Amino acid sequence: MENPSKRKFSVRDIRQDFPALRQQVYGKNLIYFDNGATSQKPQMVLDAINQYYSKDNANIHRGVHHLSQKATNEYEEAREIIRRFINAEKKEEIIFTKGTTDGINLVAHSFGELLSAGDEIMISAMEHHSNIVPWQMLAERKKLVLKVIPINKRGELIMEDFQNMLSPKTKLVAVTHISNSLGTINPVEEIIEAAHAVGAKVLIDGAQSVQHTKVDVTAMNCDFFVFSGHKVFGPTGIGVLYGKEAILDEMPPYQGGGDMISKVTFERTTYNELPFKFEAGTPHIAGGICLGTALNYLDQFNPHELEEYERELTEYAQEMLETFENIRLIGTAKNKTSVVAFTVDGIHPFDIGTLLDKQGIAVRTGHHCTQPLMDFYQIPGTVRASFAFYNTREEIDQFIAAVEKSISMLG
Amino acid sequence: MTIEQKQQEIIDEFAIYDDWMEKYEYIIELGKELPLIDPEKKTEDRLIEGCQSRVWLDAAIENDKIQLTADSDAIITKGIIGLLIRVLDNEKPEDIVKSDLHFISDIGLQEHLSPTRANGLLSMVKKIKILALSALAN
Repeated sequence: MENPSKRKFSVRDIRQDFPALRQQVYGKNLIYFDNGATSQKPQMVLDAINQYYSKDNANIHRGVHHLSQKATNEYEEAREIIRRFINAEKKEEIIFTKGTTDGINLVAHSFGELLSAGDEIMISAMEHHSNIVPWQMLAERKKLVLKVIPINKRGELIMEDFQNMLSPKTKLVAVTHISNSLGTINPVEEIIEAAHAVGAKVLIDGAQSVQHTKVDVTAMNCDFFVFSGHKVFGPTGIGVLYGKEAILDEMPPYQGGGDMISKVTFERTTYNELPFKFEAGTPHIAGGICLGTALNYLDQFNPHELEEYERELTEYAQEMLETFENIRLIGTAKNKTSVVAFTVDGIHPFDIGTLLDKQGIAVRTGHHCTQPLMDFYQIPGTVRASFAFYNTREEIDQFIAAVEKSISMLG
Repeated sequence: MTIEQKQQEIIDEFAIYDDWMEKYEYIIELGKELPLIDPEKKTEDRLIEGCQSRVWLDAAIENDKIQLTADSDAIITKGIIGLLIRVLDNEKPEDIVKSDLHFISDIGLQEHLSPTRANGLLSMVKKIKILALSALAN
């Protein structure tokens, strides 16, 4: 669908927006395929960071002076941009965090307070450590049961098992929207509907999804949604927790400090209202504002156009890798995007990654913070190439040639 | 040959490579040549678990000198281990303690010994130095 108000997607144009892509490493043009770890930043975001610290820097929410008011307005405007971007109903439902991990820990601590011994939390076998460990810690603290939804060899959730594991004891299901190690897109709507049917709440880890697919938390009907700014072309150290207002209202504060209070005496403190109840202390003001800028940057484009392009890149890379007899793809879900991960028979992923680096190609090797998943595939780790819309087919061709060269050197 | 002389020899060997890939080709060859550690010695207590690759190190003192064998599951790590062993094997503990392993950065491989790389190599060097220190203390 053509939308005349949107900027036309052209990868050549877009690459001009990202100065980090125009550099050489080890004498080779950089090919940046580590977008799953973090994304590069468009000039718009870099300018906004510069503008904030050069002209607008002030503490927010308490100053009477002009600059403080300006910074507060920009910060709160960013909250509104985020609300619109993920289509939350209310601004109060958007909590600024340090990132995805911080958001999950907030929910584990605060929502976790509402749970009692014997209650069940469900995660999946493809979760990042940050969506495993906080729940394990909570389960230990509150004597809860942690259950794991299994996956098949393609790296897809076994939905039948999930349905059978649900019971009135299930209080929370925490699953990733898109897997960082496999690229699998999980059927989150189906998961949410089934979980709600037994009265459980659902947290969606969106660290790998907001930058690759259109997220609409209202349509999805999730109870919590978390993501990181730096993976969506914004700064590091800032992220978002979306939560439904009614649930956030019930939850006790996570951290105490300035900004989150309404009135403090030595006898008793009353807490501020949402979203400030969960935002103790001076936040990452520049981060919040510039995350807003990053989302405005993305919003110039038709998200479906970007999504389609990234899927084509992923399929192309996968097809090319499949031509190697000694390469095993890890993560071959029918519904996947932006990640191709593989192992090479008899060759350690670290060796491939090191040689690709020397050929100017940034990939990630190792367990990608998903050790249980690597155990499932009985591998020490994978080589992972993860794409963004500024990557090209030509880069994939060069990557494939470099993989071939690396294998011949190591074999 | 002293530790310093051995380091200089390696630096000279690497001087002929001006291309990164040639340098790594040589390291890979070294990795393939390195005699494997006795499989019986690939035990948990000899394992240095890195985030990227794993290293097994067997170190013992014989005739007042430290004897080293090591292995890794990654061939590049193994090649670099080969270089480290060439420099430190069969040396006296006091010489190992005071050695400065500058050759690694001189040949451009310092990233492999960075604490953030977590391939087990830095821990391996630390372990060798600690062994040398404790040998001196006894």
